[in-house]
Amino acid sequence: MMNKAIFAIKSLFLIELWKGLAVTGRHLFQRKITVQYPEEKTPMSFRFRGLHALRRYPNGEERCIACKLCEAVCPALAIKIDSEAREDGSRRTTRYDIDLTKCIFCGFCEEACPVDAIVETREFEYFGESQGDLYYTKDMLLANGDRMEKSIASDRKQDAAYR
Amino acid sequence: MPEWILYLLDFLPEWDWLHVLLISLIKVVAIFLPLVAAVAYLPYAERKIIGYMQIRIGPNRVGPRGWLQPIADALKLILKEIIVPTKSNKYLFILAPILAIGPAFAVWSVIPFTDTLVLADINAGLLFVLAMTSIGVYGIIIAGWASNSKYAFLSSMRAAAQIVSYELAMGFALVTVLMAAGSLNLREIVLAQSGGITDWYLWPLFPMFVVYFISGVAETNRAPFDVAEGESEIVGGFSIEYSGMTFAVFFLAEYANMILIAALASLMFLGGWMSPFGAASDVLILGDGLHWLLLKTSFMLFFFLWFRATFPRYRYDQIMRLGWKVFIPLTIIWIVVMGVAMFLTPWGYLFH
Repeated sequence: MMNKAIFAIKSLFLIELWKGLAVTGRHLFQRKITVQYPEEKTPMSFRFRGLHALRRYPNGEERCIACKLCEAVCPALAIKIDSEAREDGSRRTTRYDIDLTKCIFCGFCEEACPVDAIVETREFEYFGESQGDLYYTKDMLLANGDRMEKSIASDRKQDAAYR
Repeated sequence: MPEWILYLLDFLPEWDWLHVLLISLIKVVAIFLPLVAAVAYLPYAERKIIGYMQIRIGPNRVGPRGWLQPIADALKLILKEIIVPTKSNKYLFILAPILAIGPAFAVWSVIPFTDTLVLADINAGLLFVLAMTSIGVYGIIIAGWASNSKYAFLSSMRAAAQIVSYELAMGFALVTVLMAAGSLNLREIVLAQSGGITDWYLWPLFPMFVVYFISGVAETNRAPFDVAEGESEIVGGFSIEYSGMTFAVFFLAEYANMILIAALASLMFLGGWMSPFGAASDVLILGDGLHWLLLKTSFMLFFFLWFRATFPRYRYDQIMRLGWKVFIPLTIIWIVVMGVAMFLTPWGYLFH
């Protein structure tokens, strides 16, 4: 009986509705949390998995030894590798393609790599203007590695403590 | 009427009907253009305010602080193709948005902006308003029917049932106002509230004000009564098949109706252009004037946006229950009680 009376009064004076309006009314004056993207950016982890890159040793020799572990582990079948013996007898890739439209950015290739050759970088602001632009070949991946070696190396160094 | 227009009219032939026509046309444009501007900027205000309530910023890219966003939206909609579905009824399909927007703008002819600033000062003003807002539902019904789409049809059925139900409650709530004012003329209803904030009908008729405003929200198919739109169940309502300018016209009609409901609320219950401080105040800005009507209308419009940011959508049966089982009995009882109080008891002065 008492509960019914309270309920009737509450619904008559729209108490709950006013409470709801008060919540949104308070939020109207709260500090806004929008990040104005091109001008402002959110902090990024050193484990961020973005655009792929192939790394080189400091002496300029490419790291990849064509073991094809990344190709085997890739769940999206985005990596394609062909290999041949070079003149000096070492095994090297003749083809290392990543189809970024297939890639799911899981990072397994990076985990599988025994020589830290294939890595995923912080870069995520890339695009393709036509079909096929996101099919990255070995030259493009090596160029990515050369361009971003500094940030790649410092990110691996920070991550090393947790491995 | 500025002097120069009168001079201009002197050069024209001495045909009275031409003068009347030209003056009326100028007045129509003077009402229509600011109204269209208001209708264009209301969605912008809505996006900004709802954004702020969700601790976002809202549109801020087009022009300084996003001020040009409505213009960009309008340009986009004008340039887009109008797609007419193959199996639709083409004439009705094109006619529907016109039927929706025509009454929405026609009502403004009887709205008094100040004591003298009114296009058509007719005696049955309130009746005209109610009639015109009722005609608006035809646009929606025809849109749903002509689209030949099951979602559009479902939505138009919902909208029709809802608008017809809440029109009753809204009409009855306004009947209490005209009982108190003793007139159907909108200008006289406002003049009956002169004197200051305590003389507004808001106070003696407060429950009716609440009923009127909630019915008004339902009448315009706005959240939380927007089952006609129902994006989650009927994917956008009666306007699914509409694109480009035809869609924009429906959009304009909805927002014009919102402004109308808010303006009517301020005329009927909040004293229209009357200053809350009474006519006696010396400072010009505090005296009676158009700015008070605009201020009150904006205040009521803010509630529309606030409701949309706060309340989840009502279920269809809940809407019908609220309309038929709560509002309509409440208003009828109020009318009877008020009539008895006004004419048979000494407390009638409360309502004058």
